[in-house]
Amino acid sequence: MPTLKLRNGFLAPAESFAETEITLEAFREGVRPEAGRFALVLPNDAGLEEVAATLDRFAAVVLQFPAFKDGRAYSQARLLRERYGYRGEIRARGDVLRDQILFMARAGFDGFEVGEEQAEAFTEALSEFAYFYQPAADAALPVWRRRAARAEAA
Amino acid sequence: MYRYDEFDETIVRDRVRQFRGQVGRRLSGELTEEQFKPLRLMNGLYLQLHAYMLRVAVPYGTLSSKQLRQLGHIARKYDKGYGHFTTRQNIQYNWPALVDVPDILDDLADVEMHAIQTSGNCIRNVTSDQYAGASAEEIEDPRPWCEIIRQWSTFHPEFSYLPRKFKIAVTAAPHDRAAVKVHDIGLVIKKGADGRTGFEVIVGGGLGRTPYVGHTIRDFLPKEHLLSYLEAVMRVYNLQGRRDNIYKARIKILVNSEGVESFRAQVEDEWSKIKGSDIDLPREEIERIRRYFAPPPFETLSDASIAFDTARKADPEFDRWARINLAAHKQPGYAIVNISLKPYGKPPGDISDAQMEAVADIAERYSFDEIRATHEQNLVLPHVRKDDLYTVYKALRDVDLATANIGLVSDIIACPGLDYCDLANARSIPIAERISERFRAKGGEEEIGELKIKISGCINACGHHHVGHIGILGVDKKGEEFYQITLGGSGAEDASLGEIAGRGLSSDQVVDAVERLVDFYKDNRKDGERFLDAYRRMGHDAFKGVLYADAQA
Repeated sequence: MPTLKLRNGFLAPAESFAETEITLEAFREGVRPEAGRFALVLPNDAGLEEVAATLDRFAAVVLQFPAFKDGRAYSQARLLRERYGYRGEIRARGDVLRDQILFMARAGFDGFEVGEEQAEAFTEALSEFAYFYQPAADAALPVWRRRAARAEAA
Repeated sequence: MYRYDEFDETIVRDRVRQFRGQVGRRLSGELTEEQFKPLRLMNGLYLQLHAYMLRVAVPYGTLSSKQLRQLGHIARKYDKGYGHFTTRQNIQYNWPALVDVPDILDDLADVEMHAIQTSGNCIRNVTSDQYAGASAEEIEDPRPWCEIIRQWSTFHPEFSYLPRKFKIAVTAAPHDRAAVKVHDIGLVIKKGADGRTGFEVIVGGGLGRTPYVGHTIRDFLPKEHLLSYLEAVMRVYNLQGRRDNIYKARIKILVNSEGVESFRAQVEDEWSKIKGSDIDLPREEIERIRRYFAPPPFETLSDASIAFDTARKADPEFDRWARINLAAHKQPGYAIVNISLKPYGKPPGDISDAQMEAVADIAERYSFDEIRATHEQNLVLPHVRKDDLYTVYKALRDVDLATANIGLVSDIIACPGLDYCDLANARSIPIAERISERFRAKGGEEEIGELKIKISGCINACGHHHVGHIGILGVDKKGEEFYQITLGGSGAEDASLGEIAGRGLSSDQVVDAVERLVDFYKDNRKDGERFLDAYRRMGHDAFKGVLYADAQA
């Protein structure tokens, strides 16, 4: 599946490369990345503690949306970024739609398995909101911080 | 009340623009109805039996006169001249055209309102006590906390695709008017041992097919940690809640299948890892929001009002209205005015455009520009001088809004039922209309006292029948509407779920059956006992026998 990568607020097709996917079952059987590029594929009911110590050996973690309504991977992504400090790519696989992509990006996703022809519409969807009330895994300041900064400047 | 700053305003306007684009994609055919459905459902737009229905958020039930006037304008311009207040303090329009909805949202944004998260599997409008800021019994005004929750939950990136919808209610009074024990999360503001305020956190209550009274998972949460604690609850639910069956997807099922202790342990563990992070607001931001809810500039008055007392003696109808529809205010010389939206023989909760404008005018002049919506589908003028009560009463009477029945047998909660809703098995509104007509003809409502009848047209329980002192549930039996009666429910601080009384009654039998229950109660009550108290003392079988007395003959 082609992947769009998020960089500086824009989505662009990812450069192609060979990648080896390791499933959670394989991981549990002891398969570990050696040389090359590896992606860990997690089902959306998987806990993250068992993989936490090994995360930095994966170039990407693939999280899944079996249906857009199934939002478990949003929590997994935030935990990967905020609790386990994962800095590699977090890729959304499955029912990845334009109208959810902003939430995904805020939760920490930066790779999206969708067709290249979607890049423009998805990029547009990323900029539909200027401000956000709550902190998440992205760099956006929560509104209360903006208010505080403005009050200080005044 | 809260006012938008540039950030709030921008967020709401961005949402209108986004939704306008989505509607445009639907109207052009780029989106199918199937693709559009989840998008409109994030914005309170349902497709009902006959038309679209738009649900507009009234955050924690608080409205200004300007806002209510705009709601009247919308009813007139885009609908059939009325709106319908819901059991979650929101208002619904039953007949908007899809093409108009973006314009309606712009009109709402003009008065700092929106329809964000009034449907969908996300955190819905936060509800609260309609007497907030006016009642003497509250610990503090709960509305700043509701506004804090509103902002935090708006477009929350992690919690917008939950297993199921999620409802939060907040109260700060010992008398629970917000039904906190039958919400996904109920928050009760309390004073801690050291005199500081915090929250009792109740989780896993709810109605629907599988009703539960919520469990307290934390007796006292220091208030500055509210958002991190909520985030912990939501995260456990988002990850653990069932998604294989929508009837088992609410948090109440998770809490009750996991066990309260296990659920609590998971929440506390998650919370320990995120408390004190950027999720919790700093004191300055809490104070900034709290300042918007400062008490209005009350006059210093003596509590007694000669004008009020004189009018009561002169006008017996006013006297009766004053006895039934007023509540005590914390400020001497003021009263809380309840406006019943339950006129006899009419759909509960409906209000016309002209009535909305009239209430807006009255509130502007006599209630510091404030109106509240209640979860029992009525309105409140929170701060009226006793000296002005007779004037206010007459102004309300002029627009048919002076029905004196708050808390009485004709103050019925009913869902829209089969007249509007495609989920319903039976009609609710006509049953409510006929019960209220019956008791008007019979008289003696005030003497019967507090009696809460709640009617749902199907097991989804939007009419809260499980927590009615008398609950009525519409069921379909071979294509005919039948009604099952539950007895002894309560959604207040003494929360309990009603017990099913047995086989269903036909639409013709149900009004007689309710009357027999009420007569039996009147004949057997002890001094000061409400219907619910008598039921609890005498037991289910005593009342059940009366219910079927006629049908069995």
